[in-house]
Amino acid sequence: MTTMLRAVKPIIVKEFRQIRRDPTSLGMLLVLPAVLIVLVGYALNFDVKHTPLVIYDQDRTVESREFLDKFIQSEFFDYRFSAEGYGDIEEHFLHGRASIAVVIPPRFARTLIAGNDVRVQILVDGSDANTAGQAMATAVRLTADYATNVVAAAFARSGRQLYVPVDFQPRVWYNPDLISSKFLVPGLIGFIIVLTAVISTSLTVVREKERGTMEQLMVSPLRPVQIVVGKTIPYVAISLVAATAILVLGYLLFDVEVRGSILLLYAAILTIILGALGQGLLISTVTDSQQVAFMMSVFSSLLPSFLLSGFIFPVASMPVVLQVLSNIAVNKFFLVVVRSVMLKGAGFDAVWPQFVYMIVFALVMLGVSIKRMQKRSA
Amino acid sequence: MNGNAIEVRDLTRKFGAFTAVDRISFDVRRGEIFGFLGANGAGKSTTIRMLCGLLAPTSGTARVGGFDVRTQTEQVKLNIGYMSQRFSLYDDLTVAQNIRFYGGIYGLNDARLRERLAWVLRMADLEGREESLTRTLAGGWKQRLALGCAILHEPEIVFLDEPTGGVDPISRRNFWELINRLSAEGVTVLVTTHFLDEAEYCNDIILINAGRLIAAGSPAELKSTHITNPILEVRVDEAGIVGALETIRVSPWALETSVFGTALHIMVGDETEGKRLIRQTLAAAGVAVHRIERIVPSLEDVFLYLLDQEAVKAGTEKG
Repeated sequence: MTTMLRAVKPIIVKEFRQIRRDPTSLGMLLVLPAVLIVLVGYALNFDVKHTPLVIYDQDRTVESREFLDKFIQSEFFDYRFSAEGYGDIEEHFLHGRASIAVVIPPRFARTLIAGNDVRVQILVDGSDANTAGQAMATAVRLTADYATNVVAAAFARSGRQLYVPVDFQPRVWYNPDLISSKFLVPGLIGFIIVLTAVISTSLTVVREKERGTMEQLMVSPLRPVQIVVGKTIPYVAISLVAATAILVLGYLLFDVEVRGSILLLYAAILTIILGALGQGLLISTVTDSQQVAFMMSVFSSLLPSFLLSGFIFPVASMPVVLQVLSNIAVNKFFLVVVRSVMLKGAGFDAVWPQFVYMIVFALVMLGVSIKRMQKRSA
Repeated sequence: MNGNAIEVRDLTRKFGAFTAVDRISFDVRRGEIFGFLGANGAGKSTTIRMLCGLLAPTSGTARVGGFDVRTQTEQVKLNIGYMSQRFSLYDDLTVAQNIRFYGGIYGLNDARLRERLAWVLRMADLEGREESLTRTLAGGWKQRLALGCAILHEPEIVFLDEPTGGVDPISRRNFWELINRLSAEGVTVLVTTHFLDEAEYCNDIILINAGRLIAAGSPAELKSTHITNPILEVRVDEAGIVGALETIRVSPWALETSVFGTALHIMVGDETEGKRLIRQTLAAAGVAVHRIERIVPSLEDVFLYLLDQEAVKAGTEKG
């Protein structure tokens, strides 16, 4: 065992030296995670706030003012314009100056006081479906609030208490403010690790093949497993540093804390790193060109991690075929573990099936790669 | 164990239906320089890869340093050094880092590594350039550094696969001096090359063509056994050389004709008669002859002759 490790050490030292001398790979391994977390955390934001609002008040009474104030004071909307007709609204929508409009009909106050139904119109720019959906939901909620108040006031005037048969008491667990960075940052760890580990591992091996140094290693007494261990340990270390950087930045910039066990979290991170390294090695055994290796790495890591893992798009809302296909994305299982541990504080008992899958994935990838390397040398 | 460092018997390697190496047998004596010649694609590299344990033979046996390349790969690897024409160094590491790396994977301890590092630097004439990046070195230095890294662990047997490709003639000469020195120290050197002048430095040579061994022996033996007829070197005007070749090639008395630079080498049955016929034929063709003289055949003459014979044999076999 000690002789086995003694021969591995020079490879590790060499690998670190090469990484240090290669600004591109170093940049990819350490700067990319930092850039991505800032980008994803700030730009990839599903929280709809400050939607530009235009109002068209055809009543202009105290009541209509009171109703509109609910919208104007809400942080979800930014009151921008007052329209004088539907033409104005369309104009603002077309120029992207507003995405939601509230239209108060004439005789709003009078109809209300008479105890009749009033129809308030909400117009939404649907070209951004996500914003439109959330803005609409908020508008409906604000309108319902107002209506309840009106009914309550009417009941009070007649000396009765308003009776609500079913009370709605929403309470969001684990991420009470529904902040999307809390949901995205954990996912980002898996995304970045898989992407960088697969690419850097496949390239480091294929580069040696291109230069002929792999052949030189193969005629040495080193065994394939020693070459693999020596070449991957530096990337395990760098990936762990990158994951830690994301955790720290996530905490500092977006208040994303780790509620569960840090140890469990790192166990999950280490497992997915090993799987990704195995995937990179496997790619390096099927191609001799850095370009092909790069393309294969990007396709096999980026696409599943981004589209199929549930990082951004929930797996449950995918068509059945894609749901089945999503199982090839090891990140899907990692995400469940990381979100559970970080946000919910879940323990191993809650996430062990995902762990089993990740361990199997890593073993298969590493096993097949080493087998293929041995076959080459035999 | 007897005096052979390498023993190869009926070694064969197939890639699908293609036979890259076809039942080759030869012995390499301890401490000799053994030349392995053949055109590109003749099967030289495939054979070396089998001897180094990089590639399993399809059939046949090979023992390197007394160890079977099929079953004792690890012992084989510990006893050999290997250097390919690609000078497998890490361009982005310094000279000293390359040496330390290769020393490390062969398990050299610190004291021995220090000693060998100094030795390689001296041998490769790289003293004072330890901290230079390898990519900044010129071909000859890279070549010697690659050799140094391949023999850091002082192997008994060294395989050099086209080691002089892509370097200038002076570096080639220096490199052969290093090979001679190694051999003098008792190291067995098996070297492939397609430079026939380099083959003259070898104690023994084999020539392979299309995966088959077609000749073996020392350079002197090869010259005397295969070529018994006189070879005449004919110098003509540079402008007339193509015409002269065409005219003589079709003459029945010219057994073998080839161009060497600005001269023709013609094998004839008899020296005096040959000279007369050449003068007569070229005069009739209007080509001015400067000089005709009998020469000692070079290895190149021998190999071109042998390869020609092979081509004729292959032609008759097919026809």
